[in-house]
Amino acid sequence: MTLEYAPAPESRDVVRIEGSYGLFIGGEFVPPLSGGSLRTVNPATEETLAEVSAAGPDDVARAVAAARAAYEGPWGRMRGGERAKFLFRIARLLQERSRELAVLESLDNGKPIRESRDVDVPLAAAHFFYHAGWADKLEHAGFGPSPRPLGVAAQVIPWNFPLLMAAWKLAPALAAGNTCVLKPAETTPLTALLLAEVCQQADLPPGVVNILTGAGDTGAALVSHPGVDKVAFTGSTDVGKEIQRAVSGSGKRLSLELGGKAANIVFEDAPIDQAVEGIVDGIFFNQGHVCCAGSRLLAQESIVDPLVERLRRRLATLRLGDPLDKNTDIGAINSRVQLDKIRHLADSGDEEGAVRWSPPVTLPERGYWFPPTVFTNVSQSHRIAREEIFGPVLTVLSFRTPAEAVAKANNTPYGLSAGIWTEKGSRILWMAEQLEAGVVWANTYNRFDPASPFGGYQESGFGREGGRHGLAAYLDV
Amino acid sequence: MPPQPLGTARAARAFFGDLATSDTALRQLLHGLPGVDQAGAEARAAFLATRSVKKDSKLFALELAIAMIDLTTLEGADTPGKVAALCAKALRPDPADGDVPHVAAVCLYPDLVAVARREIGDKGVAVAAVATAFPSGRATLSVKLADVRQALDAGADEIDMVIDRGAFLSGCYGQVYEEVRAVREACGEAVLKVILETGELATLDNVARAAWLAMLGGADFIKTSTGKVSPASTAPVALVMLSAVRDFADATGRRVGVKVAGGIRTAKDAIRYLVLAYETAGEEWLHPSAFRIGASSLLNDLLMQRAKQLSGAYQGPDYFTVD
Amino acid sequence: MVSPRTSTSESHPASRLEVRKTYKLFIGGAFPRSESGRSYPVLAPDGRLLANAARASRKDVRDAVVAGRAAVARWKAATAYNKGQVLYRVAEMLEGHGDQLAREVAEAEASTIRAARRAVAATVDRLVWYAGWADKFAQVAGSANPVAGPFFNFSLPEPTGVVGVLAPRASSLLGLVSVLAPPVVTGNTVVVLAGEERPLPAVTLAEVIATADVPAGVVNILTGRSAELAPVLAAHMDVNAIDLSGAEQPDRAELNRLAAGNVKRVFASDDDWTAPPTLARLRAFVETKTVWHTVGC
Repeated sequence: MTLEYAPAPESRDVVRIEGSYGLFIGGEFVPPLSGGSLRTVNPATEETLAEVSAAGPDDVARAVAAARAAYEGPWGRMRGGERAKFLFRIARLLQERSRELAVLESLDNGKPIRESRDVDVPLAAAHFFYHAGWADKLEHAGFGPSPRPLGVAAQVIPWNFPLLMAAWKLAPALAAGNTCVLKPAETTPLTALLLAEVCQQADLPPGVVNILTGAGDTGAALVSHPGVDKVAFTGSTDVGKEIQRAVSGSGKRLSLELGGKAANIVFEDAPIDQAVEGIVDGIFFNQGHVCCAGSRLLAQESIVDPLVERLRRRLATLRLGDPLDKNTDIGAINSRVQLDKIRHLADSGDEEGAVRWSPPVTLPERGYWFPPTVFTNVSQSHRIAREEIFGPVLTVLSFRTPAEAVAKANNTPYGLSAGIWTEKGSRILWMAEQLEAGVVWANTYNRFDPASPFGGYQESGFGREGGRHGLAAYLDV
Repeated sequence: MPPQPLGTARAARAFFGDLATSDTALRQLLHGLPGVDQAGAEARAAFLATRSVKKDSKLFALELAIAMIDLTTLEGADTPGKVAALCAKALRPDPADGDVPHVAAVCLYPDLVAVARREIGDKGVAVAAVATAFPSGRATLSVKLADVRQALDAGADEIDMVIDRGAFLSGCYGQVYEEVRAVREACGEAVLKVILETGELATLDNVARAAWLAMLGGADFIKTSTGKVSPASTAPVALVMLSAVRDFADATGRRVGVKVAGGIRTAKDAIRYLVLAYETAGEEWLHPSAFRIGASSLLNDLLMQRAKQLSGAYQGPDYFTVD
Repeated sequence: MVSPRTSTSESHPASRLEVRKTYKLFIGGAFPRSESGRSYPVLAPDGRLLANAARASRKDVRDAVVAGRAAVARWKAATAYNKGQVLYRVAEMLEGHGDQLAREVAEAEASTIRAARRAVAATVDRLVWYAGWADKFAQVAGSANPVAGPFFNFSLPEPTGVVGVLAPRASSLLGLVSVLAPPVVTGNTVVVLAGEERPLPAVTLAEVIATADVPAGVVNILTGRSAELAPVLAAHMDVNAIDLSGAEQPDRAELNRLAAGNVKRVFASDDDWTAPPTLARLRAFVETKTVWHTVGC
């Protein structure tokens, strides 16, 4: 016998999932006026978790009206200090109900409980906590003596970090004095609905936060509703472009956080064991469903072979399986659609001549799974080196000089993030200057903090979330 | 020789062929090792601490940890009576349960080795002596070697030596290396554990360098601490040392063991170290021949947790012998 | 000693004798009496005896500074997020002790209980305001500096160290928290000399702080005679800065002169504590550190 980790599943009993959910409008859960319903499934088992409403145009209108009323009513009149205390309350409630939220997130999304427990939920609470402190300090944020909110914000978020993205959107918007209509992703609505309950427990005035579940057409109706002053979207670049077209000429303010194809650049003088960890974190965190994932490993040619060797050895220790097991590193792919997309792109890698490798793993029979995968022999022109896969697939490329690393890293329409691994400080700063990316991590990867602005260059979108800069997206500045 | 980031294998081979032991040559080798990023190493160690070991695996881990213990007493107040009691505990940790394995070794000062040898005989528990002017290492080489020889003559199976941290920190790598080599020679067949005293080395880069220096010098084990300096063993330090023995094995084919010591008092701590060893160096290190835990009060906590695993009830200290 | 509480409190039936609280010092997370064994009577404005407060000695000041110094490294190293959480926790606990504090403030300041409740509420809100600054002050006070040359250059505020604080004499709780919170949230540790005539709310605040995750030694609160203790604090060579706002105008010049012995940062203001605060106190107890780093491949 050796040190096998026996299954250590987190108990499902901490969450109560309703059979069906209404829409959260004006502080209450209400049945939809139009539209229908959707089923949300556990991607690790394909079992149906709940039925949620799909908001139609009438529901969108009602939610926008509720948000408008709250904006022109209690929320708009409220002093910043009182708004702050509401946000602090929400932060505390998220901390108090953290285990419940983590389990629910892993059930609905498929991500490992270790990540939802240690990353998603605490960070979501931290975002409310941080932004609470801005609500009564906006005059110090650098946007003039009395910056004004925009009004009603329509916010559409993706399925990869359902609760965390809701927090990224709601916290700054509310801190700045806006009211919100949030649409969670079609496949991951449950934690947003629990967040609605948290808003109720915090006694947040009705209409300040409204949550509309639904699919793409709900989102389209929401962002194009004339009563909306601000649109914030996180998701794919294709949909981002559609939204930018849809709101053009409307006078609505827009911020977009879209796709990426980040380079994680490892120099020969890197702290090698930590670089391996950073590569693993960069692409296998959240099954690679991360817009800023370090999906392109750019390794200096002198070390590419030993680095890949170390990486393979490390990947052999990754544990894929039940997302609720505390020892699971790689969970389920969020949906059948996404799994098909990953498979399709990975197959294109084979066809174009790249060499695929995965550690020996057994994929569960039911559910949506894809093994951690590394492609070597990749060239810059391969689809897997250019297109966002949004899955646990790493492509390995090499470079010879810092300038070549920059050229290859920047050779993409995206520009969300990049990683640099070297023990040489001056090179880190030089690389950071040269890289066209909104976030540059040095000797680390995939770090997030509410105090740190996040967002992209070029087709990765515009506007920032987090930090002082993130407030600008929700203020009339 | 230019710095070789991943070239430790090549460098080590070069050195084994024609061993240049000047400070300069050793500096080039040691400073050519890949750097250790502290934040990253600490994050990795903290991550591995969240691994959850349950059920049968936990029982296995607890018994393995018992079998890996170097049951230690290193006090000025040690007496033959104390050592005799320690040896009895080492041979049969739980008088009420013969299924509990004996520990790996007892660890004591050289002047008490004869007592331990008499008590233990050839019953399978090794007798380890700290030597080379433990814990400070501040003595001449001849005194250190005499210390080692006397311990061996008295019947020690294993020697826990300390490196000269002063020499290491002032860059006299050749001196440190030669001392390890000399003790290695004096040890003959005996197992040599080289204490790096990582709390005094201060940086993880230094830990990696001292680990390589000790391994090149012939250590069978590299050991974190004397237990007399704070901080003693920490998870990031163990992580770096386990990475070093892994890389050294890749480079040379020789498996060097790791001994963690100092401040490890609970079963939970011990299991975390086993997880570190398992995920960093690999399964081959999960054996008393390759991983040791220097401790005293840890043993009773392991026994208590083991009894809890078997009976389901939380235990109290009065049901386990205090020796 | 006749406390108004024994005679007027409705919550205690006449047959029950109230258990009174001993008002002590707060040093290094513990509540010692003065090492001198001394105390002094604290009187209500109408002359009634409210309680005996510990009368700190020079040695208590010394001990408090030692405790503050010992806590600097850990508090400075705590993440900004953690500091914010800790201060917010103090606000939460303070809200829970609102009735007790309102009673003490009303007695100390001879105000109505309504006014005292307003003061307590304003105090809680002020703490919440300062708590929010923990992870924002550096974003407002720091900068990236575009120097001419291949260098990355940035400036950041850092705590100055141990800050001596002479708390306002009149505003026994709101004023006290208004001078205590800013140096703490910017990462300093403090040795606070409570207002001499109205020290009791300060001791209760210490009890709140002691149960609110604030590391021991970050806040130390002394009660006693200002004339005796303020010069000791001002002259102490291991105190980095001092807030003289609680000193009378005529005394400030001499305390300032004593503070020059080790070039203390000296701050004093005569704020209206009910008005919204400015950033002045946050800026008063920080050093600016500028870092240059080369840029090159």
